[in-house]
Amino acid sequence: MLAKQIYDVVVVGSGPGGVAAAIEAKKAGADDVLIIERDTELGGILLQCIHNGFGLELLKEDLPGPGYAQHFIEEMLSLHVEVLLNTMVMDITPQRHLFLSSKEHGYVEIEARAIVLAMGCRERTRAQIRIPGYRPNGIYTAGTAQRWVNVEGYMPGKEVVILGSGDIGMIMARRMTFEGAHVERVLEIQSYLSGLSRNLVQCLQDYNIPLQLNHTIKRILGKNRVEAIEAVQVDEKWNFVPGTEEVIPCDTLLLSVGLIPENELSRQAGVKLDPVTSGPYVDESFQTNVPGIFAAGNVVHVYDLVDWVSEAGFSAGKSAAQFAIALRNAEARYTPLIAGKNVRYVVPHKLDKSTLEQEDIRLQMRVTRPIEQPVWVEVHDGENLITRKAERYVRPGEMVTVILKTKNYADVAKSRQLTIDINPR
Amino acid sequence: MAEELNFICTACPQGCSLTVLMENGEVIEVTGNSCKKGLDYAQAETSDPRRMVATTVKIHNGFHPLLPVYTERPVPKPMIPQVLAEIRKVEVEAPVVMKSVVLENVLGTGINVLASRSMPAKG
Repeated sequence: MLAKQIYDVVVVGSGPGGVAAAIEAKKAGADDVLIIERDTELGGILLQCIHNGFGLELLKEDLPGPGYAQHFIEEMLSLHVEVLLNTMVMDITPQRHLFLSSKEHGYVEIEARAIVLAMGCRERTRAQIRIPGYRPNGIYTAGTAQRWVNVEGYMPGKEVVILGSGDIGMIMARRMTFEGAHVERVLEIQSYLSGLSRNLVQCLQDYNIPLQLNHTIKRILGKNRVEAIEAVQVDEKWNFVPGTEEVIPCDTLLLSVGLIPENELSRQAGVKLDPVTSGPYVDESFQTNVPGIFAAGNVVHVYDLVDWVSEAGFSAGKSAAQFAIALRNAEARYTPLIAGKNVRYVVPHKLDKSTLEQEDIRLQMRVTRPIEQPVWVEVHDGENLITRKAERYVRPGEMVTVILKTKNYADVAKSRQLTIDINPR
Repeated sequence: MAEELNFICTACPQGCSLTVLMENGEVIEVTGNSCKKGLDYAQAETSDPRRMVATTVKIHNGFHPLLPVYTERPVPKPMIPQVLAEIRKVEVEAPVVMKSVVLENVLGTGINVLASRSMPAKG
């Protein structure tokens, strides 16, 4: 079973944003922090980003992605954050209940005082850019190819064309070259590079891989396997320029055509999304429009640098902890009053402990059925009797009252809830 | 006669466009950089261009079939294909600890190849 049913902070996703949020939530005083990851290990997409260049800003060190991830994961684990792997969050309610499907625990409902959404983003696919033609084998997003080549040990193909000059596309151009493939060229529909200039230099120019701006793919040739693509030049409105078509033989097409924040869960929780970023609207503490639900990293908007994702995670984690602590203090101030044995209801439903320190509080209730014999009306906290009152009988038509006295304050202050039972004497 | 070279600094993600004036194979002026790293990069890029190399090696009995590795410092650019070929020969046994040396002094460069992450043994 999970260690707790109610957590101060629950983080969804263990990429750099989520891990940073969990770290800072703990440091800011949250007691129970849980991080949920759907994959078999912590780290998110950094685990497949084996190139270096991570951490230059935050760690003053030039690390590969997996090393950057591990640095922060180790810090998080040293702070005793609870980890749940192989677990999908199926639903989140605006009241911050989470419904999980876990390999180990089955279907579980938990409650959070604050939630940090850190689901990251996913790649746009062929479907979103509408390339006509057959649907042959050999068309992958750059990130899928990256996972195969760097983690699982499969090569997607030998003769490669890349559509889109996003960073992952350029990095995969170099990576495929390292692994013996021939990258014919990179096509970019815009008139400018879409990724970082440094990647143009160290991923394309260093290996003489041509980049063609203002070019896209008109159609894909090949029925079972990609055999070629037809490239075409576009004008400033992205219309094909007739007569510029060129058939490029290849067996693999990688797409690096943008990332979309992954916000299905956010939507279910009632989080409002900005149509421009596709991520939640957030305030300066990274709180969404739903109180107690925060968001950090690529789930909010797509970042250039992982260092900045971590920084966003730190902010969101700190804010989430502060929210959870304020809520916990408010909860601690009140004691709920529970109708127990033979009691239908109790008014008031909860009491402010600090009031009892100043004055007596009268509890009123009705019984569920007549008991025509002497009874005790007992107020207890589950273990200890706090006060009791004798009645000769109780009947539903006659309201029962019992008074909690200021002298009971010390006992009530320690209780999580009070229950009223009516038992025969 | 001064020669002008234009290239992009890759020292950090900012990617400054550098203009480098060369005379007799010596850098005489660098403009376009926004920090000292740009000067060092221009110097290195015109005399001894180097790049970090990151790739994978086969790992036996590991949680994954591959272990990501990287050169602890940038290696001379013309040597990258040979460096990759050397690294490809390496096979390691799980478990492995992050930053442990998987290949020492690759091709006599004085540069070690390190594990990019820890890798536990299979299940």
